[in-house]
Amino acid sequence: MEFIYYFGEVFTPLSFMLLLGGTIGGLILGATPGLSPTMAVALLIPFTFQLEAAQGLILLGAAYTSTVAGGAVSAILLKIPGAPANIATTLDGHTMAKQGQGARALQLSFLASAVGGIFGVLLLIFLTPVLAQWALAFGPSHLFWLAILGVTVIGTLDSASVVKGLLSGCIGLWLATIGFDDIMGAQRFIFHPALGGGINIIAALIGLFAIPQVLTMFAKGRHNTGAEVIEVQRHSIMAAFKELFSRTRALSIGTLTGSIIGLIPGVGGQIAGLVAYDQTKKFSAEKDKFGTGHSEGVIAAESANNAMVGPSLVPLLTLSIPGSPTAAVLLGGLLIHGIFPGSDLFDNHPDVAWTFINSMLIGQVLMCIFGLYVAGLAARVAQVPQSVMAAIVLALSVFGAYSVQGSMGDVYVMACLGIGMFFLERFGFSAAPLVLGLILGPIAEANFIQGGMIADATVGKASYFMTGGLNLFLIAVVLASIAYSVWMELRSRRYTTKEEAQA
Amino acid sequence: MNRSQHIFGSGLVFAVGLWVTWISYTQQPAEAFLFPRLIATVFVVLAGWTFGKAVMGLSKVGNGVTRTMFVNMLPGLIITLVYVFWAAKTLGFYTATTIAFFILLSIYDPAPHSEVKIWIKRGIITAVFVAVMYGLFAMLLNVYTPREILF
Repeated sequence: MEFIYYFGEVFTPLSFMLLLGGTIGGLILGATPGLSPTMAVALLIPFTFQLEAAQGLILLGAAYTSTVAGGAVSAILLKIPGAPANIATTLDGHTMAKQGQGARALQLSFLASAVGGIFGVLLLIFLTPVLAQWALAFGPSHLFWLAILGVTVIGTLDSASVVKGLLSGCIGLWLATIGFDDIMGAQRFIFHPALGGGINIIAALIGLFAIPQVLTMFAKGRHNTGAEVIEVQRHSIMAAFKELFSRTRALSIGTLTGSIIGLIPGVGGQIAGLVAYDQTKKFSAEKDKFGTGHSEGVIAAESANNAMVGPSLVPLLTLSIPGSPTAAVLLGGLLIHGIFPGSDLFDNHPDVAWTFINSMLIGQVLMCIFGLYVAGLAARVAQVPQSVMAAIVLALSVFGAYSVQGSMGDVYVMACLGIGMFFLERFGFSAAPLVLGLILGPIAEANFIQGGMIADATVGKASYFMTGGLNLFLIAVVLASIAYSVWMELRSRRYTTKEEAQA
Repeated sequence: MNRSQHIFGSGLVFAVGLWVTWISYTQQPAEAFLFPRLIATVFVVLAGWTFGKAVMGLSKVGNGVTRTMFVNMLPGLIITLVYVFWAAKTLGFYTATTIAFFILLSIYDPAPHSEVKIWIKRGIITAVFVAVMYGLFAMLLNVYTPREILF
């Protein structure tokens, strides 16, 4: 119950203002198609440099939570999901809005998000310290395998092609080695003076997540969203409350599904809404109503999306393995303040850890309250032409990358990585494993070197890294995640081939 | 996506993989390249596999860049490159941002180019945006960006 002692920290004027600003800003950003939660958090990182670690994380955490929920606004009112996580919300939410029940859909969406989100953060509160203590038993070989596991799990589960996902992870791990070697001081892969200090993680995150989006918007040409905002009629919030708690099956299936999916590293929230929607439909007595503006669809999808947020931080805060690409960006936000996840975080920086986690709990309530008021404005912002959004994101990326260290080199690195990533994505590669490789690379290398030294003085490298219960377990999980993904890829290819043959 | 695009994309990655492997195994001191060697080996094997599949026409994942996409994107890409690699450092961040923002807005804005009202609106949006950026970065975050020959 240590977290209770740090609740007061959330309510200091600056912290609360950041929480409020992050929540309202996140709701608006989340509603904007093309601005994913990951990109929003990456663009916000430069604004946290001058803040205390806890306050910086409050801003990032609030933005993470509310961008996921904000995506529902454009999904319901415009039929354009703010993020892939909100696809399932569109199915019934927009139909409800077209039937003149937009306010009801929005209210249910934000209330379900808050319930799911609070449950998810409570899981985070109670699971994280236990796992963090468990992580104390980890030696260098285990931490090395954990870092590799982080890259392979996201590389295999988050990518359409297993080989390309793993290759993206390798590219990220290689990028992390650029610069001067920590132990020998040797130059590695410095082919341009801008790379002398290595690749700055924040500049890289901005480039990898923001620039491909900018180029994608350019690639659409002089394109208008073409969507009209559906006007929202008044609806009693009490009626929405009653309806939400009368749909306990949808709410609990959504919340549990989202929480479980959030805990699995790499799976992320993109599928949480769709899986919850599908499961709720299967168990519902009103299956036929799904897709025709049924409130259970909205409740299941949105409670799952936000229930995923808290648990996706459990592997991050305990084992340094982000549960989603956005959690990977948050890891970058932690590292720039010199804070390493795991037991160190809870033993040496409990104020930072608990203030951040508590702020996410309060943020869920604020998101619910303000979401209902901001929805109309957010929907209008979602209609802003993509040309404006692309130009804004580009300029923010340039200024954000420069502000990291006041170096043009970081701006060049950001632009090169971003443009490269756009083309790599078009060829089937994925940004998430590359980012994980870049972030976890130094952790993997430091433990590889440290483990190697211990091994040389004791049992030898092969025995040290490849034997022992925990090592074998982690290796087995790495191999299982690859095998599972290969199996899934082959299965989906077989179905595609069958469909092609039938067509 | 056509096969040549797959071959080009994966070929480029394979070439980088070969270069990384070459450097990792030839540069000294060898101790500093132990971890890069490990990565490079996996990197080059996976890149070789991907390239081989592309050459045999078996690459399925990835939509590539269509001609329309490329034509649409090209002006924006050129402006981005000029903005980042030349204008920001030479003209100053705020001047370069104003020019790049206004040009990008003008090129990609779906509103008609023939109306004076639209051009005034674009000018106002640009001015407001740059003022907000100045307020955020120069005044709030105290980030001193290169001012160079203009501002």
